[in-house]
Amino acid sequence: MNSKIKKAETHLSQNEGLIFEKSSPGKKAYKLPPLDVPEVDAKQLLGDAIREDLGHMPEVSEIEIIRHFTRISTWNYAVDHGMYPLGSCTMKYNARVNEYVSRLSGLADAHPYQPTRISQGALRIMKMLSDQLIEITGMDCITLQPAAGAHGELTGILLVRAYLESQGNPRKKILVPDSAHGTNPATAAMSGYAVENIRSNAAGMVDIAALEAQVNEDVAALMLTNPNTLGVFEQEIHKIADVLHAKGALLYMDGANMNALVGKVRPGDFGADVMHLNLHKTFSTPHGGGGPGSGPVACKKILEPFLPTPVIITKPDGTLGLDYDRPQSIGRVRMFYGNFGMFVRALAYIMANGPEGLRLTTEDAVLNANYIRKHLQGLYELPFDTPTMHEVVFSDKIQTKKGIKTGDIAKRLIDYGFHPYTVSFPLVVPGALMIEPTESESKEELDLFIDAMKQIATEAESTPEVVTQAPHRTRISRLDETAAARKPVLRWKPGK
Amino acid sequence: MRYLPKSQSDRDAMLGDIGVKSVDDLFAAIPAEYRLTRDLSIPRSYAESEIVQFFRDRAAENGQGYVTFLGAGAYSHYRPVVIDSLISRGEFFTAYTPYQPEIAQGTLQAIFEFQSMICELTGMDVANASMYDGSTGAAEGLMMAVRVTGRHKSVIAATVHPEYREVVTTYARHQGMPLSTVGYLKNGRVDLEALDKAVDNETAGVLIQSPNFFGVIEDIAAVADLVHKKGALLVVSIAEAVSLGIVKPPAEADIVSLEAQSFGVPLGFGGPYCGVMATREKFIRQIPGRLAGETVDRDGKRGFVLTLSTREQHIRREKATSNICTNQALVALMCNIFMTIYGKQGLKELAQQNLAKAHYAAEQFKKSGASLVFEGAPIFNEFVIRTKTYPRAINDRLLEQKIIGGFPLKRFYPELENASVWCCTETTTKASIDAAAKEVAR
Repeated sequence: MNSKIKKAETHLSQNEGLIFEKSSPGKKAYKLPPLDVPEVDAKQLLGDAIREDLGHMPEVSEIEIIRHFTRISTWNYAVDHGMYPLGSCTMKYNARVNEYVSRLSGLADAHPYQPTRISQGALRIMKMLSDQLIEITGMDCITLQPAAGAHGELTGILLVRAYLESQGNPRKKILVPDSAHGTNPATAAMSGYAVENIRSNAAGMVDIAALEAQVNEDVAALMLTNPNTLGVFEQEIHKIADVLHAKGALLYMDGANMNALVGKVRPGDFGADVMHLNLHKTFSTPHGGGGPGSGPVACKKILEPFLPTPVIITKPDGTLGLDYDRPQSIGRVRMFYGNFGMFVRALAYIMANGPEGLRLTTEDAVLNANYIRKHLQGLYELPFDTPTMHEVVFSDKIQTKKGIKTGDIAKRLIDYGFHPYTVSFPLVVPGALMIEPTESESKEELDLFIDAMKQIATEAESTPEVVTQAPHRTRISRLDETAAARKPVLRWKPGK
Repeated sequence: MRYLPKSQSDRDAMLGDIGVKSVDDLFAAIPAEYRLTRDLSIPRSYAESEIVQFFRDRAAENGQGYVTFLGAGAYSHYRPVVIDSLISRGEFFTAYTPYQPEIAQGTLQAIFEFQSMICELTGMDVANASMYDGSTGAAEGLMMAVRVTGRHKSVIAATVHPEYREVVTTYARHQGMPLSTVGYLKNGRVDLEALDKAVDNETAGVLIQSPNFFGVIEDIAAVADLVHKKGALLVVSIAEAVSLGIVKPPAEADIVSLEAQSFGVPLGFGGPYCGVMATREKFIRQIPGRLAGETVDRDGKRGFVLTLSTREQHIRREKATSNICTNQALVALMCNIFMTIYGKQGLKELAQQNLAKAHYAAEQFKKSGASLVFEGAPIFNEFVIRTKTYPRAINDRLLEQKIIGGFPLKRFYPELENASVWCCTETTTKASIDAAAKEVAR
């Protein structure tokens, strides 16, 4: 059953227990310098507040730590291994120079409260990144403070709220399409708004007539991802903005899919009032196993008075400073200035690309998605025939006839040496396969992926059990997620 | 463009397969009037060597080689080389959230170990995989208290990091969560009498920080007793994680919101850092963020998965415990490796050195004529002094010796005239303490 698998071969991987299982008293991986001040009596200084024992913290040596983390790292699949087509996550190449420059002394060891006169380099980086993101989005101003996309959404909706409040009425509702990421409705709720869903039309886009009927003076904003989660560009985007603006509501754009637009079209030009960017998606900062991200929020001039504090300013002498005196600000959304290390990486990415590189990147991302669509169309059902941008969404409708679900196809794809696509999302497509190749894939890698998907489609017909039982070639087989949730074991305890 | 793995002939072949003439045909869905018909107005493409030079220049503008006495929510500890060596493995830093556990066991097992160690250190039963940082974690801690108790009000000690309090204020404003603040005593601890008055039967949560923004260790047991008598939950923020090596964990708390930056995370001008939330077993279904749990595969082999995700936004949408999705996973891995390197003995020794340095510095500053603003309650590695002159003037003089002085408090505490909070860690040398003491006296 494995003879047709071209991309991957199994190889030995090391077994490794939990770090606690390697611990024994007296082993060490640290050495502190001799104390150059007098010893103190901690018991006397701290009294009742003293801690005598650190429980079951591990005691291991340095080589054991290196082997431990190296061994378990080999159990991961990563962008460095190959295509990682998780839709809406934009798993692109993470350039090594970005990692290098973010660790330079002077940047990595800068304290956030050090005087601004010795922080000019850091502020310059933030200013340059801000200016370039403003140009890329076609907006007027920006805050870099939010720590991730969902945090940016919260910031953006709070800006909308503050603006509407200043107009006399914060309003009650946020509209969210049924195809939206779960963070959108969760954000609206955290901002004190009720959530109202709007339905997609047969083309997978916002239905303008339905939208017109739904927008009234209670609506604060529409949160719209564009291209949306079907990978479809909202062609009537400006009409959408007009409908909202006519009733005094704003258009929030979720920038999760900005990788389809950079250098080709700017949200600020098509009517978006406020949006977040995911530096960890579009601007190549590494996903790190789930974070850190960074979610700058760019907006139009009308929202500027409400930006979180502090805001970077240029002083009369040309140096940069931080302005805290902004009475209309929504306040802080995070301590200090945001995930600065990600700003360094994102700026390095933009510098490496330049205007042509960024445009070519977008074109390649869209080209790759369309290439996959072309070669898999027919084998997998395409629920929306609308043109594809940077990601393509199929469904498992053809395969379900043999009892095979999108999750099974995903697991079989692992055997073929690929990370699966996003499974069962967006929710508007039952059994969705959401594939986002990004620009980082060569034609060879795409052809291997297409070949794997074709083989799986064939297997689904001929040997469906191979697919439903997959993966077969991994260290572990499918894990019992139900048991994990029913009797949660969330920490190691001794004596197990 | 060197990051793009296609030749022009590859592109042409692919366009041919798709059946379009040019790549612009693929963008036909975008109405022509909005398409950008010019280059973005950003600098040209740079070579790698130029990028490195550019950032070296920025790093130089930032000033290098300074000794710092700044703490105040961001701490300068030594970072063992092993940390960056391990987190730089592409298998860790170029992977995403472990949604496919069969090919993400490395990340999942690391999260499980992280959660376990955080529980050991904080005295809590469960910990999540991470939050953005200590400030947002504190806000989410109070939101969690609201969910658990069904009450709405929250009380915050004025001794909590002022920027944490600002973030909590932003988060609470539109969620129907009225906030009130209680002051502090002469010993720098939260005013228990005032707290007792502020907490009533509508109070969901009380947020304190320990060691607090003045470096003073709070009497957690006494605060917890008071809070619990009113049926509210106690949320304890810890900004200086190294304190856990020698300071009793806040085991009486209901929710602990830790900022773990001290565990091997670079200062990095304020981020990325690593928040983490820990709580008691009974509140497990109200905790925000990702959780890794142990389970078995079909052959009974141990493995780990993300679990209890019905709390989260991708399932529960507007009814989720939080909108958080991306967290600080790689930073949590740094903390994990740091905790593993120092371990049971090392964390204690490390904390002891911090304690000794801070007490030595406080003594020297006192001898030089500065006074300690708060006395009578224990401190860890930070303390507040009052000087005869404006702290900024002292700091300006120190800066000439490449020493960054303590954080002036007046910006956040107008009543604390000429006061500043100083931090010493294991990296602070006796020589720099002595040099600073001389200037503090002037």
